[in-house]
Amino acid sequence: MNSKAHVKTTINGEEMEFLCEPRQSLLEVLRDDLGLTGTKEGCNDGNCGACSVIIDNVLVNACLVFAVEIQGCRVFTIEGLASPEGLHPLQQKFLENASLQCGICTPGFLVAAKALLDHNPDPTEHEVRHWLAGNLCRCTGYDKIVRAVLKAAEVGRETTAPAGSSN
Amino acid sequence: MQNFEYLAPETLSEAVNLLAGNEGQTRVLAGGTDLIVQLRQGALSADHVLDVKHLPECNELGYAPSEGLTIGAAVPCHRIYNDGAIADAYPGLIDAAAIIGGIQVQGRATFGGNLCNASPSADSIPILIAYGAECVIAGPQGNRRVAVEDFCTAPGKNILEKGELLVALHLPSVQKSSGAHYLRFIPRYEMDIAVVGAGASVQLDEGGKMFVQARIGLAAVAPTPLFAREAGQLLSGKEVSEESIETAALAAQSIARPISDMRAPADYRKHLVKVLTRRALLGAIRRARGEFVPNAVQENGQ
Ligand SMILES: Cc1cc2nc3c(=O)[nH]c(=O)nc-3n(C[C@H](O)[C@H](O)[C@H](O)COP(=O)(O)OP(=O)(O)OC[C@H]3O[C@@H](n4cnc5c(N)ncnc54)[C@H](O)[C@@H]3O)c2cc1C
Ligand code: FES
Ligand code: FES
Repeated sequence: MNSKAHVKTTINGEEMEFLCEPRQSLLEVLRDDLGLTGTKEGCNDGNCGACSVIIDNVLVNACLVFAVEIQGCRVFTIEGLASPEGLHPLQQKFLENASLQCGICTPGFLVAAKALLDHNPDPTEHEVRHWLAGNLCRCTGYDKIVRAVLKAAEVGRETTAPAGSSN
Repeated sequence: MQNFEYLAPETLSEAVNLLAGNEGQTRVLAGGTDLIVQLRQGALSADHVLDVKHLPECNELGYAPSEGLTIGAAVPCHRIYNDGAIADAYPGLIDAAAIIGGIQVQGRATFGGNLCNASPSADSIPILIAYGAECVIAGPQGNRRVAVEDFCTAPGKNILEKGELLVALHLPSVQKSSGAHYLRFIPRYEMDIAVVGAGASVQLDEGGKMFVQARIGLAAVAPTPLFAREAGQLLSGKEVSEESIETAALAAQSIARPISDMRAPADYRKHLVKVLTRRALLGAIRRARGEFVPNAVQENGQ
């Protein structure tokens, strides 16, 4: 008992292995053991969304996942958003629309917004607001974030046309 | 958080053996959105944590119009509301699945965990009661089935004995001309715990004018979620009218025994029971008649 678990997983497309204690959250392991500090800790109890990551295409809070649970899963974190060619349209639109101030909430919003656009490339404002309700921001008042997501969705639709089946 | 042994059995019998045989405290893990918070806060302790997400029976999400709906205890909310056939057949479930926390919480949170956690304010329980759902429980003595309204015994307590776990929830098939609706009162739109919640399901006659039967469940008005049995029975055979709905709402109100806390004083909760029961019934009636009643994700009139 209390021995460390050996976990094999894929993070941002890269196969990884690590040892962890069963009680460690995915958030803890990402930040403290794997050096992926882009995922932020706000509340550590599921309320703020700063730790948003995508596991097997599902948006979750990394603070409410035990790291041992991700055995064999595909994890996406904020570090996977930009490509060598440049920023992701969401990041670009966040900059253009001044959608961040202190920035602690930003990785969580970006990952959550990416999950939204993967799932629904043409969201209404209502859908964006509903989807992002689990992400808190103390600085911006949300409006600029919502605008940026809607604009990034437009960019995404332009660049992926002609529309095929996506998932 | 105290360390524990993580167990991920792949068969139900293995899970039951582990639960029955382990020394010390074994906690069952579904989505962890209650359990991880409670372990971290020190409100609960665990020597072993048994994950049900690798048990095939717990991952089942099966719907057939003639059989009803089976929701495995490890099925998170997002799988329920992303299944079009289930959303069409059981819209009242979607009302609840779409408001449990935000999207991140819904990616993990299960109805089974919501029920086992036995919070008086749990959003899925009133509508499960309204739909007449049953719990499928596995244990060392085999399986047993218990009505959802008989499952919670006190805040945070349920009827599961040592060695037992919830495998799935089963909802009966949907009758013709029936509809259901769940709603809660919170001071904002999202991400809060119900001040009061009410779920109703109704079956009307073919013309949509008379109640054939109705069931009502309530949240956050007693130490456990309540089945307002009599309030529903009062509607059987009655005309759908303001008077009959008012009578049922008053009957639901009469069994509420709310407390005062930071969210609301007891008398305000008592008032809300009547208001929300009426609205839940009206929403259920409209759906039974084939009219559109939006859930939290849908915009009005969509
Ligand atoms: C930010 C946030 C917001 C929330 N908002 C809401 C809300 O709006 N409405 C609401 O109702 N709840 C809310 N919750 C609470 C929680 O998300 C729900 O109760 C959820 O449905 C719990 O499901 P789970 O799968 O995560 O359960 P877990 O945390 O895995 O388990 C909950 C409890 O049930 C036990 N258990 C789980 N599965 C089984 C099983 N198969 N057999 C036996 N015992 C079992 C566990 O041991 C534990 O005690 C919120 C939580 C958070 C963190
Ligand atoms: S740190 Fe995970 S939700 Fe706030
Ligand atoms: S930018 Fe500061 S919390 Fe959002």
